[in-house]
Amino acid sequence: MIEFIYFGLEALIIILLALFIALLFNGIERKLIARMQARIGPPITQPFIDVKKLFIKENIVPDNAIPWIFNAMPLIALASSLLVLLYIPFGGMPALLQNYGDLILVVYIMLIPSLALAIGAFASGSPYASIGAQREIVIMISYEFVLSVIVIAVAWLFSLAFPQANAFSFATINEHAIWSVAGPVGIAGLLLLFISSLAVMPAKIGKLPIDIAEAKTEIADGVLVEYSGRNLALLHMAQATRMFAFASLIVALFLPWNLSNIFSLSGTLALIGDFAFFLAKVFVIMFVSGIFVSAASARLKIDQAAKCYISFIFLLSLIGLMLIGLDIML
Amino acid sequence: MGLDALKKSLWVFHLNTGSCNGCDIEIIAALTPRYDVERFGIKLVGTPRHADVLLITGPVTRKMKKRLLRVYEQVPEPKVVVVVGNCGSTGGVFYESYNLVGPVDKLIPVDVYVPGCPPRPEAIIAGIAKAWEKLERMREKNER
Repeated sequence: MIEFIYFGLEALIIILLALFIALLFNGIERKLIARMQARIGPPITQPFIDVKKLFIKENIVPDNAIPWIFNAMPLIALASSLLVLLYIPFGGMPALLQNYGDLILVVYIMLIPSLALAIGAFASGSPYASIGAQREIVIMISYEFVLSVIVIAVAWLFSLAFPQANAFSFATINEHAIWSVAGPVGIAGLLLLFISSLAVMPAKIGKLPIDIAEAKTEIADGVLVEYSGRNLALLHMAQATRMFAFASLIVALFLPWNLSNIFSLSGTLALIGDFAFFLAKVFVIMFVSGIFVSAASARLKIDQAAKCYISFIFLLSLIGLMLIGLDIML
Repeated sequence: MGLDALKKSLWVFHLNTGSCNGCDIEIIAALTPRYDVERFGIKLVGTPRHADVLLITGPVTRKMKKRLLRVYEQVPEPKVVVVVGNCGSTGGVFYESYNLVGPVDKLIPVDVYVPGCPPRPEAIIAGIAKAWEKLERMREKNER
């Protein structure tokens, strides 16, 4: 019983911390984008103010919506994007639920926020939301190939390097850097997979080149069009957390190095150092694949985005997988 | 109450009820690097459901009446209505035209008027700042 409470408490702390960091990163992101456009930009605490404001606004459920689906989906989106963070190891710390799920489960849970967004939009009964939801699902189908190729490649490498260990488990992935188990050709393949995972980022989080599902100026915020008040606040937090979670997944897979191994730290210092280093890595990933790209580019059309993912980036990741296969055969 | 947060994050929905685009372009100008209203947390949103401020331009044509009322009802409480430009405030050069049902305050309660044809972006920002004062009064009423 005591263990159970302890477990719950730990999960709560991780969730609150993750929510805080995700919103903070969102604030930094808005500030950076403003700076890139030669504006002053909002204060870094702006997302917190926005969320606080949305909680005091009236929560409207449209007449032709299905209320229970409409109200449940923002909660599910937020809960599932927070749940991912319980499976991903933060820096040196093993993940809280690492014995209860693996890489495949995480990839599946990461799908739920997009699905929840689309279902909630369909349930809202607005034609704009319906267009947005269809686009969200098209995009989801096109980038999911790439993610599955990455999962296959990672598991393939680990299963050959450590036949006893569970190749899909985050314990294995966290213990050994993936770059150390591959040969030179495999490293080239991994590099391609890393690049394609970065390319999936804007679509996964709905940021600018691929923000087609919630195109503000085109279909009036698309999937979010009918959401207001509390539901919108939940969705905002879900979006911010989703970005943080996906960046953490990329870091856990491709950049698992820790400071404590390099500087031989120990105890609390190692824990804090590793965590700070982990956040820095996550921020770099977010900056490279999310913030910079979204500040520098215009919105793609839905067919352009789908073609880009299904042909070009899927091909890139397939070549990566082939190189890894070649490496294993050599 | 969290009306303090409302003050620092006003989301604006812009509705054109038959304006000539003069005011609309000045509103867009307020978003540009020169004026940058986002530093005050003011953001232009794409749908009335997200809005705190309804920014109306134009003298309200007969066709727009129904839509104006509908959009006004779609904005969640607490909300503020700001009218930008002479047309929306008084009818302007279209005063007493046969095809108008405006000005805006005949149809919905208006909190702030920003006169001008078109008003400068500074005036629009000042108008939205006046909207804060209305929210301030609402807060005082709540506290009493």
